[in-house]
Amino acid sequence: MSLPTGDVIGLMIDNLRIRGSVLPIAARSATKWAKGLDIPRGGKTVIYTGLMYQLLPYITASVRNLERFEDSFWGKFVFVARYFNKILNVSKFMGFPSKADLTEYNQILRNIALLLRQAGVEFGYLHERELYSGALAYDLGADDAFRLHASKVYERLKQDGVQSLITVDPHTTNMLRTVYPRFIDGYDMHVRSYLEVLVERNMPAARKADADVVIHDSCVYARYENVIEEPRTLLDRAGYRVKELRDSKEMTHCCGGPVESLYPKLANRIGKKRVQQLENAGAQNAALMCPICLATLKKAGRAKIQITDISNLLAEAYCDGQFN
Amino acid sequence: MAKVNPDFAQEVKASEEFDAAACMNCGVCSAVCPMEIELLPRRVFRYALLGLEDRVLENTGNIYSCLLCKMCEANCPAEVHIAENVRFLRYYLNKNVFKL
Repeated sequence: MSLPTGDVIGLMIDNLRIRGSVLPIAARSATKWAKGLDIPRGGKTVIYTGLMYQLLPYITASVRNLERFEDSFWGKFVFVARYFNKILNVSKFMGFPSKADLTEYNQILRNIALLLRQAGVEFGYLHERELYSGALAYDLGADDAFRLHASKVYERLKQDGVQSLITVDPHTTNMLRTVYPRFIDGYDMHVRSYLEVLVERNMPAARKADADVVIHDSCVYARYENVIEEPRTLLDRAGYRVKELRDSKEMTHCCGGPVESLYPKLANRIGKKRVQQLENAGAQNAALMCPICLATLKKAGRAKIQITDISNLLAEAYCDGQFN
Repeated sequence: MAKVNPDFAQEVKASEEFDAAACMNCGVCSAVCPMEIELLPRRVFRYALLGLEDRVLENTGNIYSCLLCKMCEANCPAEVHIAENVRFLRYYLNKNVFKL
């Protein structure tokens, strides 16, 4: 028996309307990754995390609990949680992330900031004023709530004098670059993924890598945003040998993650299939560039290949290990 | 017995996003779907075009389990905006069935 679709979506949409995110987290958790990096507050060009990497450890913990409910009698009582969630942030108790996950995901954001700095890019950060993009609400077809939220995000960017955004994940890139202009009249933000910015800067590797890597292209980067060659170029310049899968680039295979909030077991099945494909490539590392893919494929089971975010590999080569 | 809901049919017809009428039922979408969803988009989209709301409702699980990964869209010879059509159906269900 699957989870009650309407109640689960309702819970997330209520959160977006009331608390500004489908799964609200404390501002200190959202900004912890930037501690000690001295990134200036605001500015015309900012790194925009869209809170995706910060949210994933919490989503992973919540989904672990949802999985238990999926086939149980208690699954049908999500409506009770939704009722109380309007008064009290119930999602806060849905799962507690592991320290290892929090450290891993924060490190990815630190890597990205340090890579940009190494490439000579000047950027600020909105710190606790940064908002979630609303990506999941859009995917679930909650267009009315999404439209309202997107307007709030844009209004805040304008208030803070932002003109250009450097995004760190495919979903936020797609929202801010392609979807927002369809929902907001006069939307004029210039949006680029950090991978595109780094390629443009053409910085040399500080230490040449010597390893085989297979790329797991994100569906959203590859089929929505045409970000396909950038990760290959960056890995190649760093000395990595990129091994190509049949199901890659425009024909990449989804990780299964997008349906995890409603159908955790189904998502896991798709994830396992993709991990198998990555293992068959015969490389030591699988490079991912999306927090949802990372969480889903890592959860899919013990892999014979190291599943890692591409920023870990890039930081090792371009920043010579000086990335903590 | 399938029943046509004229309001639903009208909403589908009036939508700028829902372009499944171009589908020629070739089956590529079903063949390449990583979720192996046989019904989406070919049959469910046809139900929607005909205004068969109850048949669409029977497929709520399929509609929400689509990954929106666009593998079908990348292979569709009729260039149907499949992911956007799925989102349209989700929007309709959210509003009219789940009252969100």
